Amino acid sequence: MAQFTKATSVKDWLNQRLAVEKVEKVMASEYWIPKNINFLWAMGMVLVVTFALLLVSGIFLLMYYVPTVEGAFYSVNYTIMREVDFGWLWRHIHGVAASVVFLIIYIHMFTGIYYGSYKKGREMIWVSGMLLFVAFSAEAFSGYMLPWGQMSYWAGMVITNLFAGGSLHMDGVVEWIRGDYVPAQAFLGRFFMLHVLLIPLAILGLIGLHFAALRIPHVNNQDGEELDFDYESKKYLDGDKAGSKVMRFANDFMSKDMMVVAIYLLFFFYLVFWNYGFAMDPVNFDPADGLKTPAHIYPEWYFLWSYEILRPFPVDIGLIAFAFAQVIFVLLPWLDRSPNTTPANRRGLFAIWFWVMLVNMIILTAMGKLPPEDPFSTIGLYSSLLFIAQWLILPIITMFEKKA
Amino acid sequence: MKNNSRRGFMGKAFGAVAGVGAIASLYAMKKSWDPLPSVKAAGFTTLDMTQYEENVMITEKWRGKPIFVLKKSAEVMEKEKGNAEAEARNIKVGDDNFMIAIGLCTHLGCIPAFRKATNDFLCACHGGKFDASGLVTQVPPPRGFDIPPFKIDGNKLVLGEVGPEWQAMKDNGVTL
Amino acid sequence: MKKNKEPLILAVVVIFSLAVYGLVEPYAHSVLHQKSLSVKSEGFTYPDLPQITKTGDVARGADLVMGAGACAGCHSIDVAGMPAPMDAVSAAGAYGVNPPDLSNAGAVYDAKFLAELIKNPAHALKVEHKYTPESGKMHPMSQFYGAGGDMDQEVADMVAYLQSIAVKPADLTPAIAYENACGRCHEVSYENWTQIGTKPKFKHEKDSLAFDIKVMEYQDSLKAYMGKLPPDLSMYIRSRGEHFLTSFIENPQGHLEGTAMPRVGVTADAAEKVIEYMKDAGDTKRHERESVAVNVMIYLVIFAIFAILWKKQVWRDLH
Repeated sequence: MAQFTKATSVKDWLNQRLAVEKVEKVMASEYWIPKNINFLWAMGMVLVVTFALLLVSGIFLLMYYVPTVEGAFYSVNYTIMREVDFGWLWRHIHGVAASVVFLIIYIHMFTGIYYGSYKKGREMIWVSGMLLFVAFSAEAFSGYMLPWGQMSYWAGMVITNLFAGGSLHMDGVVEWIRGDYVPAQAFLGRFFMLHVLLIPLAILGLIGLHFAALRIPHVNNQDGEELDFDYESKKYLDGDKAGSKVMRFANDFMSKDMMVVAIYLLFFFYLVFWNYGFAMDPVNFDPADGLKTPAHIYPEWYFLWSYEILRPFPVDIGLIAFAFAQVIFVLLPWLDRSPNTTPANRRGLFAIWFWVMLVNMIILTAMGKLPPEDPFSTIGLYSSLLFIAQWLILPIITMFEKKA
Repeated sequence: MKNNSRRGFMGKAFGAVAGVGAIASLYAMKKSWDPLPSVKAAGFTTLDMTQYEENVMITEKWRGKPIFVLKKSAEVMEKEKGNAEAEARNIKVGDDNFMIAIGLCTHLGCIPAFRKATNDFLCACHGGKFDASGLVTQVPPPRGFDIPPFKIDGNKLVLGEVGPEWQAMKDNGVTL
Repeated sequence: MKKNKEPLILAVVVIFSLAVYGLVEPYAHSVLHQKSLSVKSEGFTYPDLPQITKTGDVARGADLVMGAGACAGCHSIDVAGMPAPMDAVSAAGAYGVNPPDLSNAGAVYDAKFLAELIKNPAHALKVEHKYTPESGKMHPMSQFYGAGGDMDQEVADMVAYLQSIAVKPADLTPAIAYENACGRCHEVSYENWTQIGTKPKFKHEKDSLAFDIKVMEYQDSLKAYMGKLPPDLSMYIRSRGEHFLTSFIENPQGHLEGTAMPRVGVTADAAEKVIEYMKDAGDTKRHERESVAVNVMIYLVIFAIFAILWKKQVWRDLH
């Protein structure tokens, strides 16, 4: 048993048992952040806030949602939207946040790619981040099933059909996933379980891992400069706040975080109250009907780029290309053969690679929404091929990069 | 280190503004917990008082609870004469007299059974007894049956609405 | 002093985000719904129908409606004390739908439309494609062949009578408009509206189920008559949107060529009221949403101001 002395204050009592002061220093006031950053570095906090909005709004939806095929649509569109005080508000917040979170995730991801924040000791931050992307994707998909509208049903039908493996005709696997021959009560029940319990637990765990992975390497900076955190933090603590290259997480960085969050909330709530159609697709306001396919089925916008990669090829090749697209981003730290933690604009060919990748993914996203006819299907085919090609040449172009 | 105190102030001010938002959110959350309009609307039951037979105990439903409706015969009314407590509980609709009560034992909430032979109620849980007027004749129940809020409307009785007769009963401590 | 790149970075982020939004939402939807977006409203003027050239006489119209017009043979007129000849379920069994009560027809429907409807129902309703000579089917509402005089005058009189007994346009409620123009075919379960009327509260489950069975029997007749059961419109304001619904109500054939749904011939005002009814059903909390929105945005502006001020204070020492 460790030595315990009579406490001199409440703080001292807690310190002896939980080391609260040390924890506060490590996590907040002496967690040193480079000053040479821009507002994109606040996207992490924006994601935390958005996730909190999803959790809280989700809690109130969960109080009234009925997870049965007979009751689900009514519980959402009548009970929650009409009867529950502020029910409409929780639903709008939840739907808009579920969509906007992916916008922020993509911005956060591409910021990391641009500044090389996945290299040299930061690989686990990148990997845990990509796992979070997968977890959020699964959470979004499972959540979309719950209102049991036409889009819920048919998206569920189409996406679970992917697991038949094309020519492998693994219908048994598909039926096992659904728990039935078609999306029905068993399907709804298990996706409800995934959405409310299992995946949120996974997300919480992964967020912990993501933060833990960040602590030792510290946050990157706009020039990719390797900082001597001990030296710079000593400068700060000795009084030279302006001269030091670092600042405290709390409250220096936090105050800028909060400013970005505040502006983000203005944008977010504008969408919640006035422009929510993109997040709550009209097709899903028709109750699910297994005997009638809607004229147009499409996934939510954040899945469109990878949906488009699936479409232009014959089914087996398409599935392979689709699987490739899901996995390839994780391998970035190892496909990028250059050791330079430098922003893209100073990395020659990589800068071109970056902007082409970004623009191409936007083209893929647009084509994924448009009907699979000319000229859209042709553009989609070339975009998909370009996407695959870019990843294949990445090791080559980065191998020959000049050392910074 | 100028601005130190102002910096502290700005942080606290921002914290206070954030706190206002948090309280407003808590208010919205509290409202979301409230019983739904459909639940509150279902809180009224109308009884047609002409359809009951004397000394036949009928159990109605109100707000999910059983409601005993017992039309009292002349003999029962005769026994009640002079008993101020019993007379205060009587509910008169037109020419008929009723015992109307929430059918839950005032001890710990079981539903007492009506015994036709003795025209009274016996609670199986701990042996408490109530008479045809709703008064306790055998402990452990601490008080007579509670009487639900009611309003007399001609030959009908609306449970859930407060009429003058019930208000008087409440004010005089006849029921809670 | 390093150049502040944040305005440029912000511009890049905003431009790319707007590009994604613009392509995925407005552009893609214009391509996906090209056909339906091209259907334009004619302002409920029904240019294909002839104008009423005669001035209608209310008293003569009353005689015709009750007499030679034979309207009361199928239609009730509650305000005039005329009961329905059959109950709704039996009527549906006979005709496919329950002939509407005519008390408010004069306020809900366009006068030109009513005139044409009396003279040639299948034409006014735009369901002639269903009642071709080859089909051997006749429209359940028979044509008015005149009472011996000038048919145009007689029809004008009947329309004038119907307008006189109806509520004043200013008193036309969303419920009256909907129940008259749409309610005999389309239920709105979220408003407790069935094709045979608002479902009452029943004490005994047996009575509630008996009512439900009556509704189902009506719906069976309706389905046989229409080919399929007209859908429940509770959430249509959100699944179809105001623009689609308005142009659809004006002319169903414009969006769904060959559909069995008749043109209902409502006035522009009645159409607005129908849309409002549908908003009350499917977007009930819109007014509260608007007022909460204003308060929340004002709060967030204040929140942002304080956040910016705090940041500036903290960072003064850091630069």
